Amino acid sequence: MSDPYLAIHGLKKSFALKPVLRGINLELARGQRMALLGANGAGKTTLLRILAALTKPDAGTVTLAHYDLRQDAQQIRHLVGFVAHQPYLYEELTALENLLFFASMYSVPSARERALSLLGEVGLERRARDRVATFSRGQVQRLAWARALLHRPQLLLLDEPDTGLDSEGLALIERLLEQHTERGGTTLFTTHQLERALHLGNQIVMLANGRIVYQQATASLEPAGARRAFEEMVR
Amino acid sequence: MPGEVHDVNPMDETGTTSIIGNAHIFLTQVWAILWKDIRYELRSKQTWTGMALFALLVLVIFNFAFDLRVDNKAAVAPGALWIAFVFASLLGLGRTITAEREKGSMDRLLLCPVDRKAIYLAKLLGNLLFIGVVEIVALPVFAVLFDVPLLVGALVPVVLLGSLGIATVGTLFSAMAAATRARELLLPILVFPLIVPVVIGAVRLTEDLLAPVANEPPWLGLIIAFDVIFLSISMLVFEYVIEE
Repeated sequence: MSDPYLAIHGLKKSFALKPVLRGINLELARGQRMALLGANGAGKTTLLRILAALTKPDAGTVTLAHYDLRQDAQQIRHLVGFVAHQPYLYEELTALENLLFFASMYSVPSARERALSLLGEVGLERRARDRVATFSRGQVQRLAWARALLHRPQLLLLDEPDTGLDSEGLALIERLLEQHTERGGTTLFTTHQLERALHLGNQIVMLANGRIVYQQATASLEPAGARRAFEEMVR
Repeated sequence: MPGEVHDVNPMDETGTTSIIGNAHIFLTQVWAILWKDIRYELRSKQTWTGMALFALLVLVIFNFAFDLRVDNKAAVAPGALWIAFVFASLLGLGRTITAEREKGSMDRLLLCPVDRKAIYLAKLLGNLLFIGVVEIVALPVFAVLFDVPLLVGALVPVVLLGSLGIATVGTLFSAMAAATRARELLLPILVFPLIVPVVIGAVRLTEDLLAPVANEPPWLGLIIAFDVIFLSISMLVFEYVIEE
């Protein structure tokens, strides 16, 4: 790839001397949707946390839109939207208050209009002034999506983003992802399901013990080969 | 175009923004975090109620424990007052950052392009406000129980500067302790030794207000110097304490 939007080279991370990432090399072009598959403990979440400038790597380089992660962490944070499987919202605040708070953290212009429009997009406009503590799991996850899109990020990092969503919610995130890609946004998401990865991603990457063991574009992917690699990885 | 993905972040093409613009963003973020914490506390009522009750209980217990006479009142009352303030403060200081860490919302806040100094300053102001509310509740009770004049005008700068010293150190170390398992135990162990100069200074100044003593050292100056030094250090190191 001549000029990748996201470039990861030799990325390593250990926790208490236990290696979690053992030299990850990965490149993503603008507009790509990459699915990260891996068993629990494979290093998926750690990789996403490093890319979100939340965890510092031990070795290796990450550049995003020509910004270096070590030197330009704040600039990178402006570009990244993150949805985790735990939503981490303020339960005692309303949905609108949560979005307005994060809008001020990202200096989002016309914050109220943007927040209300996003609440409409995720189907929560009627619950805008209700406390998050009263929301169902699915509604909380929808709100987490609205928060991630609030500052119009270029890169979406999604850690098992469909947790707690019903079929309607799953259709919603597919639509949001489609819109994000149409606008030129890039996406990196983790999942445990090969079918989901094939459905949403145009690149498949499998992680095992902190290493990439399989990487393929879905367009040129042979389903039986991907299935074999997946079964071997989760074994 | 509305809905378009940002091509650049809010910084301009040279990667710089004006100092005024940066200061405006910084203060907006401080205010947003502070207001969020206040609103959260007003609704959950977890910290203030516990702190105020604790401070009142300490004052009541001291009132019964000591034999208060006119001649020893000035010696005992300031100590009791500041012990109540310090213990109640630590109770609250342990909650603000720990609660965010436990719920994971601190991670979410750290994902935002917010200056870590802004987070520290907002948490410090929040803690100072929580402590201030407790002091407003506790001071009249203290005056009644210990039968001493309230001396609001003279006491305000002492209480404010003393509380600032406690909150400055406490906010930094609560962030440190929040990342450990033994946080409730660790916080007082880390904070108490460091705030000793402030507590001594505040107790002596309060004593001096109740029964003026000649040739006292410049306690107010000591507290101000402590506040300035620890505030500067805390602002500088908070980033390293709070990030992984």
